[in-house]
Amino acid sequence: MSVDMRVNIAGVEWKNPVTTASGTFGSGAEFSEFIDLNKLGAVTTKGVADIPWPGNPTPRVAETYGGMMNAVGLQNPGIDMFCKRDIPFLKQYDTKIIVNVCGKSEEDYCQVVERLSGEQVDMLEINISCPNVKEGGIAFGQDPKAAESITKAVKKYAKQPVIMKLSPNVTCIPDMAKAVEAGGADAVSLINTLTGMKIDIHKRAFVLANKTGGVSGPAIHPIAVRMVYEAAHAVKVPVIGMGGISGPEDAIEMLLAGAKAVSVGTANFHNPAVTIEIVDGIREYMEKYGFKTVADIKLGTGYF
Amino acid sequence: MADNSRKKERAVVFTQERLTDGIFSMWLETGAAKEAVPGQFISMYTNDTSKLLPRPISICEIDKKNSRLRVVYRVTGEGTGTAQFSQMKAGDGISIIAPLGNGFPYEKAKGKKAFLIGGGIGVPPVLELAKQMKCEKKQIIVGYRDAHTFLREEFEQNGEVYISTEDGSVGTKGNVMDAVAENSLKADIIFACGPAPMLRAIKKYAEETKTECYISLEERMACGIGACLGCVCQSKEKDAHSNVHNKRICKDGPVFLSTEVEI
Repeated sequence: MSVDMRVNIAGVEWKNPVTTASGTFGSGAEFSEFIDLNKLGAVTTKGVADIPWPGNPTPRVAETYGGMMNAVGLQNPGIDMFCKRDIPFLKQYDTKIIVNVCGKSEEDYCQVVERLSGEQVDMLEINISCPNVKEGGIAFGQDPKAAESITKAVKKYAKQPVIMKLSPNVTCIPDMAKAVEAGGADAVSLINTLTGMKIDIHKRAFVLANKTGGVSGPAIHPIAVRMVYEAAHAVKVPVIGMGGISGPEDAIEMLLAGAKAVSVGTANFHNPAVTIEIVDGIREYMEKYGFKTVADIKLGTGYF
Repeated sequence: MADNSRKKERAVVFTQERLTDGIFSMWLETGAAKEAVPGQFISMYTNDTSKLLPRPISICEIDKKNSRLRVVYRVTGEGTGTAQFSQMKAGDGISIIAPLGNGFPYEKAKGKKAFLIGGGIGVPPVLELAKQMKCEKKQIIVGYRDAHTFLREEFEQNGEVYISTEDGSVGTKGNVMDAVAENSLKADIIFACGPAPMLRAIKKYAEETKTECYISLEERMACGIGACLGCVCQSKEKDAHSNVHNKRICKDGPVFLSTEVEI
């Protein structure tokens, strides 16, 4: 049986439902030495701001049980270099380009979004959920009113469909999803990392220079599945599910929870070829259970 | 477009040996030996799925003929990834990505008097460097905590060896720079790997004596291939890739000209 792996996310057709989670994949150049980027549904790039950001001091990363913690702090080369170098690099490949945008103020976000309106990119993902920068980012991602307002603001400038990336560090995820939908979001993605802390008992000091960091990896997967389920049942716009996806099984679980597509992040550090293995694994699952399209993968369907 | 031929591969443990308290030596059979150069490192993965990230371990020796790489590593504690590596036996499989990073530009030492300096667990990569480097005077200065002077005999077969120990049990009491001073050593070029305080002292010495100096840096890493920006160091000038004053230790390093980084 031949299966159709294409998905339509807010009017953009991806060849399959797998993209990369922002911040784990750069703009693809490093991973292109390991995998064929043409095989991905989309590449989601590391967050880019209006000007270059130096990020946080080191140590920026630490391993945790079944996962990791990071406080990179959105180091990025700024939108000018990104447009000059990273977009042309990705245009060599037959995959969709999703640009993750970060900022410290509403104006920052809008400036980057406006700049990208004239560029050959397919979608924008607005990061209102980074726990590792003091201003901006998360400030917009923990209050529904602020989230709705920043969504409205970027939508005024956006020429591409806008995905709002949500934080799990909130009391009620459906409220956040509904707020960005009300603000005009074309899609939502979740979850960003969960804020954590790790202390070195021998040095009696914080492991990360930033003290706190975002926890990611398989350890957080069940939390992500629950939140994706709740968000997907709260809004009509498509949900892109992420959080601890390490193999095809985890990705399929996200699709069953209601995601239309998935992003793979931390697992890339464990296995640089994992995204391709996930694409292949979803295809095999569809063949095995008789799903003709990705959208057919739903709870309580198929044969057992 | 890149040819996407790089892989996380399954290497095989050829030998495993305990050199001294907490220091182990492992030879790995891997095709990566063909491309490896001194100063590069290996991302080594445990077989324990609760430990996701690779451990970056420097290459101690390269045997191109038999396609083998040697790593000499410190076990950092009970239950750690390095403890798991130390329990592996000949014939066991181990996932790695190798070689990674840039390596020492040892050809610059040709016709010069050189210092090859290693301290603590920064000692191992100096061995392959000493084996491959051709220079007028090869002065190997290695610093240890105490009398457990691992790899000492192998260094002695590859140059003039000067030892420092923190407790004074062997060689000069103190650090590697104390050994340089005590023996009135002079160099036109320096290569060094070791803990940050040692590298800071060497960088300062090199700047004061206007000596060309290459240092190998260490930092907590996640991807090991330059994508995640976890392991950056501060650069003196704005870096062409990052567009800020940061360089990636895994990809742009781990070896840097001492004057291009702030440590």
